[in-house]
Amino acid sequence: MNLTNASLKAEAASAFDLEKIRTDFPILKLKIDGKPLIYLDNAASSQMPQQVIDRLVRYQTTQHANINRAVHYLSEVATMEYHNARCKLQQFVNAREDREIIFTSGTTDSINLVMHGYGRKFIKAGDEIILTTLEHHSNIVPWQMLANEKGAKIRVVPINNNGELEVDEYEKLFNERTKFVGLIHVSNALGTINPIKRMIDFAHQHGVPVLIDGAQAAPHITVDVQALDCDFYAFSAHKLCGPTGVGILYGKAALLEAMQPFKGGGDMIASVTFEETIYNTIPHKFEAGTPPIAAAIGFGAAIDYLTTIGIESIAAYELSLLNYATECLNNIPGVKIIGTAAEKTAVLSFTIDGIHPHDIGTILNQDGIAVRTGHHCAQPVMQRFNVPATSRASFAFYNKKTDVDTLAAGIKTVQKVFL
Amino acid sequence: MHTNSLYQEVILDHNRKPRNYGKLDHANHHAVGHNPLCGDRLNIALQLDNDQINDIAFEGESCAICKASASMMTAAVKGKSRSDAETLIHEFRELATGKLDANHPNHLGRLTVFSGIRDLPTRVKCAILPWHTLHAALNSLDNASTESNNDSAQTTASD
Repeated sequence: MNLTNASLKAEAASAFDLEKIRTDFPILKLKIDGKPLIYLDNAASSQMPQQVIDRLVRYQTTQHANINRAVHYLSEVATMEYHNARCKLQQFVNAREDREIIFTSGTTDSINLVMHGYGRKFIKAGDEIILTTLEHHSNIVPWQMLANEKGAKIRVVPINNNGELEVDEYEKLFNERTKFVGLIHVSNALGTINPIKRMIDFAHQHGVPVLIDGAQAAPHITVDVQALDCDFYAFSAHKLCGPTGVGILYGKAALLEAMQPFKGGGDMIASVTFEETIYNTIPHKFEAGTPPIAAAIGFGAAIDYLTTIGIESIAAYELSLLNYATECLNNIPGVKIIGTAAEKTAVLSFTIDGIHPHDIGTILNQDGIAVRTGHHCAQPVMQRFNVPATSRASFAFYNKKTDVDTLAAGIKTVQKVFL
Repeated sequence: MHTNSLYQEVILDHNRKPRNYGKLDHANHHAVGHNPLCGDRLNIALQLDNDQINDIAFEGESCAICKASASMMTAAVKGKSRSDAETLIHEFRELATGKLDANHPNHLGRLTVFSGIRDLPTRVKCAILPWHTLHAALNSLDNASTESNNDSAQTTASD
């Protein structure tokens, strides 16, 4: 980072009203065993501001009915609010059209939709699917299932010792059999931000579509699907201060139209007889059954909340937290940070010499500190760094610098227990 | 509970200097236990003659709770009969899952140091894994897992 950039980012961070933001999150007042909650597990799931909670309450108390069905007042209101939520997501990722946004149950569901809808229709025996070492299991397992079913092959992009993708190796993997690329935007285990624009462009030069797993990116980086020119982009609401049980799949309209439906049921049809079913148009073709209406509307409210603060301001502030935390942990002997990419979100995966991550997590919990310990659903990353598991502190824009200090003190307590 | 009451000196000591750690050349029963939630893995080898555990050893990658549990378990069952070991397995599972009060009569002795684990449901599996694996080894099952379906202790340990 050059100096101009650094000072610009520092300025954005100082304009950011942290105390006001913290009062928006009721859960941050919680005490764990008498200690204030230090919530550093945001990469697993973020907390919800009062504005989103209120929106869910307002929906349930004054707007709820099933959508796309009846002609009564509530059904019309619910249908309109659900559609509004879709439009908010369209704007959030800068999609051309609202029908390119499919509501799913989350990132995993979105990826499975692409695997079933696109993969099972277009990928054949002998074809190759490129994935990366950094993928979450949710962007590995569906493709393995497809590869096993079709007799296709998975090719894997390696990473270097910093946890960065080896893009040259990625480019060498392409050949005439390459038919699909699945690529994580930001690594959940390490925080690495991948150079996805360059990788998407390269795939397109070979006529290969690209799915981006944006679960860890959308909360921290401005996503512009038109600028990226990705074919699919997936993420979940609950990592963006929204409810669990809902997420989106962005897909280019032409691709979505060419795909086969994933789930069959109500809402996804134009007409049904026992001889034949005509499918509905997109996005409805992919939203069988009653969708998570309340959660989708809450998702829309979360998008409003985040865009009011501004993803750029959030990113700048989180970068200052990351730099501070990196420095603090690097100063503790015996602590090793896993994942030291030049471009990172505010995720710190670390190990402590001689102490198992689960013991670290249990002892930190005693100080009210919530971190994730384990393999982070990214076992290939753990294998690459030759560790069974790590502890992971992942920060959100409502975390404070003193949270980092508490974490550092907690790590020293852990070391003392095991001395 | 206070975590410090779990990470007591006896547990930390067994973690630092695990007893019966390593391979067993003359073993005739083996089992591998794994906890898919954390990737921990434990190998247990037994020399079982006439239903008596003449020797036992363990090795593997695990947290302090699991390693100390394994270490204390091997010390407790070495020289015991199969049925005495099965009694300990049963009682330890009951203790860890909160069904057995450490103050009631039992054969666990110093193993009751693990009674605090009942208050940490996410860690119960760590303490129980060695015992699952011992049970599997005694019964010559090849693999044990904290995720096995047919185990009442496991059902209780789930969170």
